[in-house]
Amino acid sequence: MRWLLLKDLRILGRSPLLVMLLVIYPVAIALLIGSALSRGPEKPKVAFLNLVPPSENTFDLGSEKIDVSKYSKMFFTAVEPIRVQTRAQALEKVRSGEALAALIIPADITDKLASGLEQPTLEVFYNVEDPIKASFVESTLNAQVAKANDALSDVVTKTAVSYLDLLLKGGQLNLLGQELNVMGLQKAKESMEKADKVLAPGSPQHKELKKAIDYAALAIANLGLSDDVLRTIASPLRVKQTVLKGSRTPLDAFAVAVAVTMSLMFVALLLAAGVLALEREENTFSRLVRGLVSRLGLLLEKIGLAAVCAFGVALIMLCGTGLFISLDFSRVGLWVVALAAGAVGFGAMGVAIGAITREVRTASLMAFLLSLPIAFLALVPSGAVSSGLYDLIGVICAVFPFKSTLQAIDVALNGGDPGMVTPLLHLAALAVGFTAIARLALRRFE
Amino acid sequence: MAITQQTLAPLAAIAVTKLYGQRAALRDVSFEVPAGELVAVIGPNGAGKTTLLSILAGIQAPTQGSVVAPAGLGWVPQQPAIYSKLTVAENLRLFARLERVDDPEAAVAAMLVQTDLEDRADDQVSTLSGGNRQRVNIAIGLLAEPSALLLDEPSSSLDPRQRERLWEFIGELGHGGTTVLYSTHNVAEAERYADRVLVLADGELLFAGSPRELQAGTDADLDFESAFVAFLHERGH
Repeated sequence: MRWLLLKDLRILGRSPLLVMLLVIYPVAIALLIGSALSRGPEKPKVAFLNLVPPSENTFDLGSEKIDVSKYSKMFFTAVEPIRVQTRAQALEKVRSGEALAALIIPADITDKLASGLEQPTLEVFYNVEDPIKASFVESTLNAQVAKANDALSDVVTKTAVSYLDLLLKGGQLNLLGQELNVMGLQKAKESMEKADKVLAPGSPQHKELKKAIDYAALAIANLGLSDDVLRTIASPLRVKQTVLKGSRTPLDAFAVAVAVTMSLMFVALLLAAGVLALEREENTFSRLVRGLVSRLGLLLEKIGLAAVCAFGVALIMLCGTGLFISLDFSRVGLWVVALAAGAVGFGAMGVAIGAITREVRTASLMAFLLSLPIAFLALVPSGAVSSGLYDLIGVICAVFPFKSTLQAIDVALNGGDPGMVTPLLHLAALAVGFTAIARLALRRFE
Repeated sequence: MAITQQTLAPLAAIAVTKLYGQRAALRDVSFEVPAGELVAVIGPNGAGKTTLLSILAGIQAPTQGSVVAPAGLGWVPQQPAIYSKLTVAENLRLFARLERVDDPEAAVAAMLVQTDLEDRADDQVSTLSGGNRQRVNIAIGLLAEPSALLLDEPSSSLDPRQRERLWEFIGELGHGGTTVLYSTHNVAEAERYADRVLVLADGELLFAGSPRELQAGTDADLDFESAFVAFLHERGH
């Protein structure tokens, strides 16, 4: 078997295009993922037109001075503005493709906000060339509008709370440049109680004053709650998140696990299927199995070759990705176990494909056709499809090694539940099963 | 002649039948090949020649019956069974090691000389002509110096000069005591180089004897090829 393995490695070495693909592919994927995840998404270019004259950018809300330009700048945290002077220029930027969208701040925004009665309307223009772009623009701008709304709502709520506080406790109020002393309900109640004490208990004034004192007490009690009520109105919902199943893997770390699993699958599947099919294409299979090597031995040699190559490629890829993304290199022992188990699982699946097909090209095509949907299905989240369909997807995923390999690599990289034992046992069972299928297929097609 | 397991011949088929589903590729085929004899298997396309040689080589199992074959039986398949990305010498060295030949390097050197491929030893097989590939294919079958050799259509991709050399080489093997059984489409080669011929048609063994006996068995005074065709016609093939 040693000589066969060396022979296959020598043949691989004489296929420079294949070896180049095997080396370049994972390195390129690692670099792409690494740079994409470490740099974050590019800011979309947005034409920005502020129709509010600079002198009218601020308005008074109670004692607060609100600068609208400060809130419009919030958009620039997520988009790269192209400042324009006219509406026509803004629309032209979008039409020409220089800007992904145009955002127009209306001239009456400060007046409407200051009135507290009308909602100003921001205008957004963009081209819908494809649904992904439309969704990207919508979600980016909606998120920024929501942020600006939150920030403005905070200011308005604070101002309202300060007025209520003044009504309750009293204090100084600046109105149109004049300082006014507001008594406040608490002090008003105290004054009324003092006045009531000097009145005769049965007098008609006593009854009327008692009603005013009771009202003041009721108002004080309710205004005391008003701060909380206003804050609740400003942010009606709070979210408490609890993970019931699985681990809270960061998106970038999970993306690495997916990319590594994909590479492991492609290399192991294509190699195992290809090198076994090659024995038949070159007519050497018959020569080998007539006493030189057993059929099972030949299958194990191909699985071993594919697994070793895929393991090496995936490990290089992981280490390459580690240059860009923070990976816990102290867990490298677990990486090795997960990658090795996945590589063997995919290698076994590869020889099953190679045994069923007779030619390298057919084997490669079949490996590709199978690998893409099983990767796609393994990434369908629960709840995204009906429960019946999800169960069916679960069964399909269970008979291929992708999902278990992904789980094992995810756990090896990021820890968490479920542990590695279940996916490793699953992969071992699949490796045995696929090898048995390959052995039967060799007999069937002889 | 009834052939039993007790035969002393190095190569024999005993009531071999091979079925592919309902179709019979071989039906109750029995023969034996004594040591040092050159035997040609001839017959029309689909007669079962390759199936018979595959069963004798141990690649396929018979549905019924059995075969007698020596350990280390040499086998040369119809299509060259060699790695095109390896050089001639690497192919020979690999199979010498897999055959557990005592001195692989010596065996490789000997085969390169024997097949006159010394100057192409370091060339990848993919760069060789069909004839040279067939020579490598034959050389691999001879690496372990087998006492019996099976060749499936060995001359099919060779030019006349190469054929001549091949048969000369095979003849020397026979003179050296190696038992040789080969299949061929070229009945003239069977007449010229074989001690005996086995005529297969539709999986049945119709004749086993010398070319002269086959020729004598036909009515007219025909050459061997015509006699062979007439023989098949007489038997409904």
